[in-house]
Amino acid sequence: MEIFFEFQEALSFAFVQRAVIAGCFMALGCSFLGIFLVLKRFSLIGDGLAHVSFATVAIALVLHAQPIIISIPLVAIASLVILSLSEKAKVYGDAAIGLVSSFGIALGVIIASTAGGFNVDLFSYLFGNILSVSSAEVWITILISLLVVFITILFYHDLFAITFDEDYAHVSGIKVKIVNKILILLTSLIVVLGIKIVGTMLVSSLIILPAVSALQIVRSFKMAIVLSGLFAVISVIIGIFISYILNYPSGATIVMVNFIFFIASFMLGSLKRQ
Amino acid sequence: MPSTIIEAKNLSVKYGEIEALSKVSFKIDSGDYVGIVGPNGSGKSTLIKSILGLIPFEGEILFHGESLSEFMLKKNVGYLPQKMSFIDQRFPATAIEIVVSGLYCQKKFPKRITGDDYSSAKKIMQTLAISDLATRSIGKLSGGQQQRILLARALIVSPQILILDEPTVALDPQSRETFSLTVQKLNRELGVTVLLVSHDAGSMGKYASKLLYLDGKIIFYGTFEDFCKSPQMTNYFGDNQHIICHRH
Repeated sequence: MEIFFEFQEALSFAFVQRAVIAGCFMALGCSFLGIFLVLKRFSLIGDGLAHVSFATVAIALVLHAQPIIISIPLVAIASLVILSLSEKAKVYGDAAIGLVSSFGIALGVIIASTAGGFNVDLFSYLFGNILSVSSAEVWITILISLLVVFITILFYHDLFAITFDEDYAHVSGIKVKIVNKILILLTSLIVVLGIKIVGTMLVSSLIILPAVSALQIVRSFKMAIVLSGLFAVISVIIGIFISYILNYPSGATIVMVNFIFFIASFMLGSLKRQ
Repeated sequence: MPSTIIEAKNLSVKYGEIEALSKVSFKIDSGDYVGIVGPNGSGKSTLIKSILGLIPFEGEILFHGESLSEFMLKKNVGYLPQKMSFIDQRFPATAIEIVVSGLYCQKKFPKRITGDDYSSAKKIMQTLAISDLATRSIGKLSGGQQQRILLARALIVSPQILILDEPTVALDPQSRETFSLTVQKLNRELGVTVLLVSHDAGSMGKYASKLLYLDGKIIFYGTFEDFCKSPQMTNYFGDNQHIICHRH
């Protein structure tokens, strides 16, 4: 009962309300994309793009611009470079992610060390802070998350087809390359949103963990998306609450809750398989 | 008089410097069951991928006498890919979801699947005697069951042409026989034109009406009986011709 009152008290603060709203929408967007990315073996693309966003945040700080404004176009370009490298230059998908990701980190570090003066700001983006999101950031998060969910629903059958069997999707008349680009561009959008919430180091876990947890249990694709969304949203709410009560870092706490969901799902899945 | 359904003219495909197919020309009549055979690396799968428009090629492929129009082709072709290894054991889809995905080619953007589509899927699954698999997870099915689900996916659009790339390679002998008989029945009873890639020229004689033997170019194209009687084939295959012709 005491926990309930603490939860109620936490929710009475505007900054907690903003964190919960932004976190839930962001989690929803992540989970919609996560299932496709995990099954297409593109899980680490979020990680790679997050590393790139480290550099784009550094650029934004040098230019005294809003990191999100600078990061969205640059991370989108990086996502297309990764796709192009793996499709045209015949670089393995994971190697393409590694190439772009290491370039992003290196560029971020060089900018940070040469420009100086904003190292603290830059490193705060490594782990994010959902409890410090502004009202404007909440609105941007809601808009972009809804856009991601809407486009994913619109292209659901095309995404399903390219995830299961790209060749057959092509024979079915689906523009595989365009659908792949849409998927990766949506991922770049959600990654940029995530850097404020859980930071560049942990954003990919919001994409991967709920999806992998859901895949342990369900056998229908739509159910996997729904369950992944549930895991993601509940993890954000519980994570924010724990971090508020225990004064833990919010991003890391959200990821840990997600991880606990994964362990539970894994055990449940193992029991079901026996 | 059967009409020509697919015609390839001087079809060539290169992978870098390696020529996988060299000026291949042939005609396939409506209702034919063509077994495409040849050794490893002979261009069998390359030929199939060219017909499906999955890889670039030189030359021309005509479909019902018209240039290869993606629109025309994609509405009339059922395709069963070579490998089933791409099916992840944990892929979260039921068998019927996979069968219904065969209808995507008939859907305009944004695609919507209706109750009627699921009824069509159930009907085709019933025809192939796989109704009991409908709600099972695709990744948990045996190789033979998965292959029949993918066949149902290919057949749900009532294709004029069915293209199968080594469909029985991962199956045990019994499943192989069942699968081959199913395809033969589709060809004989429904008049579906079948192009089937196989390593096994001998077993093709049992089911196919024509044999297309490839080795970078066409070595032989005709009926299995003509293949067995051909002195040129005796010169080309030596004793192997006898082995192929008497295995089935």
